[in-house]
This record gives sequence, structure tokens and C-alpha cells, in this order.
Amino acid sequence: MKKKDVVAMLLAGGQGKRLKGLTKTLAKPAVYFGGTYRIIDFPLSNCSHSGIDTVGVLTQYEPLVLHSYIGVGSDWDMDRLNGGVFVLPPHEREDGTTWYRGTADAIYRNLKFIDQYDPEHVLILSGDHIYKMDYDRMLTYHKEKDADCTISVIEVSLDEAKRFGMVNTDENCRIFEFEEKPAHPKSTTASMGVYLFRWKLLRSYLLRNAEHPDTSHDFGKDILPSMLADGKTLYAYPFEGYWKDVGTIESLWEANMDLLCEQPKLDLNDPLWRIYTRNPNQPAEYISPTGVVRNSMINEGCTVCGEVEHSVLFYGVEVGEGSVITDSVIMPKVRIGSHVRIHRAIITEDMIIQDHAVIGPPPEDPSRIVLASGQDEDVLKLLQSSSSSHNNQG
Amino acid sequence: MRELMGIINLEHERDVLSELTYYRCGAAVPFAGRYRLIDFVMSNMMHAGIEDIALFVRRKYRSLMDHLGEGRPWDMHRKRGGLFILPPDWNDEADVSAGELRHIYNNLDFFERGSAKHIVHSGSQHISTVDFNEVYEYHLEQGADVTLVYTKVTAPREEHRSCVRLDVDEDGMVKDIHYDHKHDAVYMEMFVMEKARFLEMADHCIAHGGSHFFRDAIMRNRHKLNIAGYEYLGYHAVINSLESYYRTSMNLLNPKTYNSLFRKQAVHTKIKYEVPAKYLNSADVSNALVANGCQIDGEVKNSILFRGVQVKRGASIHNSIIMQKCVIGENVRLENVILDKDVMISRDHKLQGDFRKPFVIAKDISI
Repeated sequence: MKKKDVVAMLLAGGQGKRLKGLTKTLAKPAVYFGGTYRIIDFPLSNCSHSGIDTVGVLTQYEPLVLHSYIGVGSDWDMDRLNGGVFVLPPHEREDGTTWYRGTADAIYRNLKFIDQYDPEHVLILSGDHIYKMDYDRMLTYHKEKDADCTISVIEVSLDEAKRFGMVNTDENCRIFEFEEKPAHPKSTTASMGVYLFRWKLLRSYLLRNAEHPDTSHDFGKDILPSMLADGKTLYAYPFEGYWKDVGTIESLWEANMDLLCEQPKLDLNDPLWRIYTRNPNQPAEYISPTGVVRNSMINEGCTVCGEVEHSVLFYGVEVGEGSVITDSVIMPKVRIGSHVRIHRAIITEDMIIQDHAVIGPPPEDPSRIVLASGQDEDVLKLLQSSSSSHNNQG
Repeated sequence: MRELMGIINLEHERDVLSELTYYRCGAAVPFAGRYRLIDFVMSNMMHAGIEDIALFVRRKYRSLMDHLGEGRPWDMHRKRGGLFILPPDWNDEADVSAGELRHIYNNLDFFERGSAKHIVHSGSQHISTVDFNEVYEYHLEQGADVTLVYTKVTAPREEHRSCVRLDVDEDGMVKDIHYDHKHDAVYMEMFVMEKARFLEMADHCIAHGGSHFFRDAIMRNRHKLNIAGYEYLGYHAVINSLESYYRTSMNLLNPKTYNSLFRKQAVHTKIKYEVPAKYLNSADVSNALVANGCQIDGEVKNSILFRGVQVKRGASIHNSIIMQKCVIGENVRLENVILDKDVMISRDHKLQGDFRKPFVIAKDISI
């Protein structure tokens, strides 16, 4: 194998418990976003544009969709003679353990994968975030600082700081302290979960950590604090731009809505930084004479005969005549009948919404985001009752 | 073991789409918001499991080569076989072949190396969802030398005038081939026959100075050959003039027509990574096809927008076809217009054509 300067390891194994409903049968990085993407498209496309051509994708929870989605990585220019994208599920080891025990353990169990490329640096990425970043600039910064580890950071509000791993730095951006989800944050500098390590150093810490069963085998809780305590040079790399941790139904909905203003902070239409994705192969969308579309994103293959306002429609969605959809995210191949009302909702893939159905937040909680999923019994009951109540009237 | 190999023959297709074929051959003309005309026959061959395709090109094929690449979107990037784009070869002084027979003569290796025993021949001007496997099965059942694909056109238009007609009897056999436009069976420039027989007939045709396989080998020998006719019943259109291109495009705005072409089976095309179309606050879109990458803040009615078109506030587009990456400025009025790629219409301009004769702007023009 040819030596690589950088190998990226993409942690795509989490379920994302707060996205329950969307991730019951789907790993979180495989969740749909932005009318045409999946969350994992963002780190993979960032690697592609940054000149990183060797990526290990660590899967664990419900990996089948991710495996078939990524394939040989040709959509991200990763189908390489030397390098490429490799999906790395957990496997049984001598000691009988199977599942990855934590983020650091996932990397530890794939030492052989990384060692074969003998990289100078290893970039650890999360598959859970939506952002565009040139990792090559971070690498340049990392080398300039002669850092053992560089962590990408972003400024967040004081409110948000309580749910992130916070980083405290001196005036040179050198890190002197970590605070994991602090109740009283000392700063507003949050870790983005993007770490760039010297591989030889990281390797030694992983080997040592593996010998301690009483730890979490986690970068944020174990590896990074250990490095700091040992006096290693850790630097923060300031990132400015759109970055979203879509950890909840509300934040996923919010991130989709962020795209609908005229000049969104996340510019997906930059020809120099395309977000690559698997092509669903659909014809141009059709807006019928009875269709009305405003302040929305509509993907190819959709047929719109009703009204769509301030919403995101993924590919292959059908909207019947007389239906009204507002402030909603409609995932691929949903079929919406006629005279349906959908408000502040996320409708999951392949759902069929019967004529005259009403989906939206309850009157007592009008700002709630409703998730309509095929596995959600309450929604099915709601749909049936809406249909039957109309039948009674008619 | 592959049953079929494909020939897509562009040799005799004239560049008849005015400005749209100034810089590209007809097969590479953009169509239906996302596609090029070649995509339909490529996709039909793909769905039939054909993995060896020879594409005989003649002129202005750069755009076509860029679009097709090595055929990956149609699964034609193979270790064995795949897509071969075959331009004319002018090197052999002793070669007496002409027209498409020259393509066949100069590319005998393609036919000999392919393991398939039967060929499917097609052009790119007939848009359809024909099932070549079904044609092949029918061909075997009929025990014919060659099977021609046709469709019945009961309300012919100007574009059908130049189409070959067939007389087909009740047993499905072709009794005559001519240009008498009073007959409704329109030959779709698609046929299936055994490869060995095809090469044998081609050889004979070359020896007798022929340049057009269908005309000189099949049509002229129609009374000696056992010719079957396969009737195709699905969506069909012929695009062989600017007017037929415009009318066929506008007809796709009928949902039944749109569904009959696109919902039966997938039409594959070159992959582009574009964001979904964005409709802004002043967007007023009605009866339109819209591709990804568009940003719309004006009125669009009875029109087709290709990838990456920008429609500014106050603009009005009616009965028009706007190709990739055009920019339509504020308060522009367009009616019965075809804009080729990368055209810019700056604010307040007005362009109008007639519904029978659309006004066409060639690519890269700014107004």
C-alpha cells in the first residue's frame, strides 16, 4: 500500500436516540436532509473536496442502508486504485467482544486498516453533522502549529454550550481545558467532533486505553483529557460557517427550514463545493396547473398538484390536488392524497397519506414538530380517524 | 452469455434543429428538463440487458461524448464489452464502403468480439420506452430474417411525413416498405436481426455500392426477405425538426404523457449534483417541468426549465423551453421561446415567438 499523508475515519455507527422514529431502522448518518441528501454526504463530500481520498467508515447500528448507499464511493470520487472508501463494521475478536465500545475503541479495532497506509495524520470525523469544511486548511493549520492534536471548534450561544463538549484555550488557541456538557460554561467555544491527530501518537494512546476496561473508550472523555494531562500540544482550529448537529427531530426540521431563506447560511449551490450524493435518477419535477409552490425546495421526480409553502420535498413525492403543506419536510416517495393538510411535520420515506388526512401539532402545543413515521402507531390512528371522520361527514 | 448487442446509428440523422444543432448533433440535444435525446435509446437498451453498444457518430459529437462518458449512468462501463463511440475512420484508401456501411466495415472487431448472436439497431430520433427483449422474443417466434419495430400514428403531423411506412399483414409480417404517408404504421428506425445475417447482408450491400443498410439491404430486398413487424404501443414521439422538438416538449406538460414516458421505467442520464429547485417568495409556477438547481422568483407557465436556471423577480415565462444555467433577468417577458444553454436575458427585455415557430437563441448568447 502507498503511504498516505492523511487517512480519515468517519464515525457513522450511532443510532441517534433523540431522532427516534427516523432511526429505528436507519443509522443516523443515513437520515435524509435538504431535499436530496443524507447526512453522511457532508463529511464524504468535504473529504473529496479536501483531497482526502482514503476514508474508513465505521458502522455499527443498522448499517445495511449505509453500506449499500456508499458502495464503492464513486459518487464521492472515492473509487480509487490507491485508497478509496471502506465500510468497516465491527467484527468478533479473540476476546469474544463484538460491538464497538466507544469512539476510540472503534478506531482501535481498525488499527490494521490505518497502519496499512502508514499515514502521518488521522482525521476523525463524525457522521452526524451538517457543514462544509475544507479539511486541508485544518491540516495546514495543524502542521503550522506543530500540534499533536488539532480540534475544530465553533462559537455557540451560552444556552447551547450546555450540551456540547466545550474547549478552553489561551490566546494562541492552545487548549488547556475540556468541559464535557458543563452546567456553567466558561466559554462559548464548542468542539465539533472533528479531530486531527498525529497517527503515531494517537496509536499509542489507543493501545494504552484499550487496556483499561473501566473507561468509556471515548475521545472526548478519555483520549483527549489524557493527552492534555500528559502535556501534549492540543490546538483549537476556529471554524466559521454553518454547522448543525441534527441530534433531535426539532433540530433536523430546523436545519431543513434554514435552507429556505433567500440566502441561506449553508450555500448548497456553490459550484466549487458540491455536496455529492447518490443519484436517485428521477425526471424533472412537474408543477401542475393547480399547483402552487412558494418559499420551498422541490426535488426532481416530484409531482405537485396542491399547495406547498415553506417546505422541503425530497425526490418522487406526489402532492394531490387541494392539499396544503406548510412548514414541513416530506421525505422520498411519499404519496399525499387530495385535500390533505400537513403542517409542521416530518413525513418519513414511502408513507402514503390518505385523502383528507390532517397532520400537524396538537392545539395545546402548536409549536411542536410532528414526526409521521410508518412505525408510529399514534400517527396511523390519527390518519385513520381523520379519514373515517370525513367519511362520516360525507 | 449475452443475447443482444446494440447499434445506435446516428449516421443519417440530419442536424435539423437549427440553433440547437449548431454545436452538437441531434442526439445530444437537451430534452425534458434533465435529458438528452440519446438517453432514451440508451436506457431502453440498458433495460433489455444489452451490455455491448456501438454508437456510430458522424459530426459534432464532442457534446455527445461528454454526455455519455464511458457509459457509467447506463451501466455500460464494463470490463467486457460496454459502450463504444465510433467516429468515422477515413484511413483505408482501398475501402469502397460508404455511409453507415463504412462504420460497419471499419468496426467488424466490435461485432466479432461480442458474444451476442443478435443485434438491436436503433437511431435516436424516436422517443419511446420500447422493450427490446419483447421485440427479440417476438422476432424468434416469427422466425423472421429481420423484425422491424413500428407504431401506429392515426393523427400524423409534419414530422411523420419523412418517416418510412410499413404494410403489415394480420400475421404480423411486413409486406411492403415505402414513404406513402397515407399508411399509419410508422417505422421507428429500430430492428432486430441475427448478427451473422446482418454482417452477411452488410457485406453484400458494400459490394453493391450501398450506403444505407435499411434502405439498401432491407428495403430493396423486402420481397425476398422474411420481415416481421413488431407493433409498439407505448409513448412515442419523433423529433426531426425544431417544430417537432418544441411540440413534443410542450406535450410533456400533460401529466398523462409525462407519466407514460417517465413512470414506466427509469430513463438514465448523466449525473449532475445540483440542489433541489428553490421557489422563492414571488414564485408563481403553473404547469411546468422544473429541474434541480433552478431558483425561481418569477412567473413560469406552461414551460420547461432545465438545470440551474435562474428566474428573477417580475420575470414572466410562458410556453417556453429554458435550458441549463440560463439567467432570466427582472421583468423579462418570454413567450414561445427556446433558450439554449447559458443564455442571459438582462432585465426588462421581451422576446416572443409563435406557438408554431418558436424563437430560438443559441447557447452562450447574452441579450
